[in-house]
Amino acid sequence: MFHWLEKNPFFFAVGVFLVIAFAGLVEILPNFGEASRPVVGLKPYTVLELAGKEVYKKDNCIACHSQLIRPFKSETDRYGQYSLSGEYAYDRPFLWGSKRTGPDLHRIGNYRSTDWHENHMWDPKSVIPQSIMPAYKHQFSNIADIETAYAEAVTVKELFNTPYDVDGGVALGSWEDARAAALAEAKEIAADMKNQDVKDLVANDQIPEIVALIAYMNKLK
Amino acid sequence: MQSNAALEYDYSVAKLFTYTTILFGILGMLIGTLIAAQMAFPELNYLLGEYGTFSRLRPLHTNIVIFGFTLSGVWATAYYVSQRVLKVSMAESKFLMALGKIHFWLYFFGALAAVITLGMGITQSKEYAVFEWPIDVVIVLIWVIWGLSLFGLIGIRREKSLYISMWYYIATFLGIAMLYLFNNMAIPTYFASGGYGSIFHSVSVYSGTNDALVQWWYGHNAVAFGFTVPIIAMIYYFLPKESGQAIYSYKLSLLSFWGLMFVYLWAGSHHLIWSTVPDWMQTMGSIFSVVLILPSWGSAINMLLTMKGEWNQLTENPLIKLMVLASTFYMLSTIEGPIQSIKSVNAIAHFTDWIPGHVHDGVLGWVVFMIMAALFHMAPRMFKKEIYSKKLIDMQFWLQTTAIVLYFTSMWIAGITQGMMWRAVDEYGNLMYSFIDTVAVLHPYYTIRAVAGVLYLLGFFMFAYNMILTMTAAKTIDTEPQFRSPMA
Repeated sequence: MFHWLEKNPFFFAVGVFLVIAFAGLVEILPNFGEASRPVVGLKPYTVLELAGKEVYKKDNCIACHSQLIRPFKSETDRYGQYSLSGEYAYDRPFLWGSKRTGPDLHRIGNYRSTDWHENHMWDPKSVIPQSIMPAYKHQFSNIADIETAYAEAVTVKELFNTPYDVDGGVALGSWEDARAAALAEAKEIAADMKNQDVKDLVANDQIPEIVALIAYMNKLK
Repeated sequence: MQSNAALEYDYSVAKLFTYTTILFGILGMLIGTLIAAQMAFPELNYLLGEYGTFSRLRPLHTNIVIFGFTLSGVWATAYYVSQRVLKVSMAESKFLMALGKIHFWLYFFGALAAVITLGMGITQSKEYAVFEWPIDVVIVLIWVIWGLSLFGLIGIRREKSLYISMWYYIATFLGIAMLYLFNNMAIPTYFASGGYGSIFHSVSVYSGTNDALVQWWYGHNAVAFGFTVPIIAMIYYFLPKESGQAIYSYKLSLLSFWGLMFVYLWAGSHHLIWSTVPDWMQTMGSIFSVVLILPSWGSAINMLLTMKGEWNQLTENPLIKLMVLASTFYMLSTIEGPIQSIKSVNAIAHFTDWIPGHVHDGVLGWVVFMIMAALFHMAPRMFKKEIYSKKLIDMQFWLQTTAIVLYFTSMWIAGITQGMMWRAVDEYGNLMYSFIDTVAVLHPYYTIRAVAGVLYLLGFFMFAYNMILTMTAAKTIDTEPQFRSPMA
């Protein structure tokens, strides 16, 4: 049979494809529906938080930070309750990471505050003297892309039924509504910050990346 | 039988990919060395403003070495090897020649666009699948063109039976095509939302745990079909060609090939052990990773036994040395991976520097060594020149081997140290170390790793220099060498 296959490239290729496609079908499909279900009470990200997630992606925090607490006592002692599948139901993409050069961030919102993040992102060594993390000062002047975040929220609402605009949930509305809501949320965060440039930008209805990122960090609980 | 001597193969496309292999190799390893140094000396994060931090440079490093250096090497060898084992020249078909050229230039400009957008921070943030949808479209196009080119040449072949290397090139084509398509399924938000925001942005069709499963099914197997399968294609061709020895066992190569194809894809979920994917999937990943030792070692042992009775060549020919060490590192890497996939070991190893350590003994020792040996073997045949300097290859070999050993030993120690410190508790059961303690302790190992990076990069510069002088300044040869490559 193998000799025959080696003389018939088409059937050879079909054979290879069947053999390699098999594993994906068996491992990925059976659990697909169950794994997409959210835990009870899970709310989707607000537009500002989504914009913060984009900052997280853009500056590629995933290179050094995980968002996955494994079910060991040493991890739950350090980071809190171990992660559940349903908590990630609205994460597109998932941001578990594969390397912890820095600590896990899945529940960072439980034990770090807005002002801590502000100091830390401006100069990590001012908070953790031995830190090897670089400073991210550009996030204090770069403007976050709220419009793209809104586009993402609309997309997941319409295509994947992510529950925006439901009772007691996160409101999305029109672009004008969403922008106003994001600004209001940003102003609350900026009030807890001390950087004057950030405060000025937010007062002028512009949202620096750092504000969006902190909104996202505070949501991770 | 055809008169093979009369057949002039056309290497123009193979040459183009050879140049980009060298170019992207230098660029990718340069960035790699820089980010290794950043972990030891964080001040180096500020050389390029917001574009120079470790986090922004790391995807550039991984993508340039994977999709720049390695893929260029794969295609350089594929365009060289397939003509020779199929006994047909590309020049016999104008269509295939044009396709090959289009393949290269589309790839080259696609790669430039990828590097630029990635530098700007436009990313999907899925490891090794970071490119946003417009680049994905270009990548799919490039892949289809390569497929047409590969199967087009097979279609007009004179040698009816496909040589082992061709099996592996075909598998590379099919494997990456399937994985890449499914993992990059994303909706461009600009169109879905009716024209809001950036046109580049997209959102994954999978969420959370599902996204993780699909991503690591892809991520693990992109390694399989980028770093393993086509490199095996190379060694099956170049080792016998350079040594003049026939492959030790056809049956072993059959077993290894079909075994590898069947088993490899199952192992993806070993990246998700102790995560939120169901336990049975984790166990499957773990078990199949261990089974994977068989086909992997099957290929490697087949290579080593091919040299049976001819081990003197190891001292005489540095290219044999490169290839034998490559298969040895392949064995090391493919026993290390399964060990890390055992659940209790994974609990310590996951998230630590042992993982980059494992990756790098595989890629630096196996992938890069094999690609360099292949290009050295091809150079006298493509350019009709002697290799410029044998001595330089010898020096480079030892320099880079030392670098690899420094790299993986330091990362093994760093990884296991950190993994143990994370879980260490005192007599009352309280955690003994704060997170930063477990970072500070790694400084010496990060320094050793950075030194290893510099040494390895230096070796790669020697390779590039040697190749360039071979093309430009070396002695011309009249007849094509049958086996051992001539070198001064």
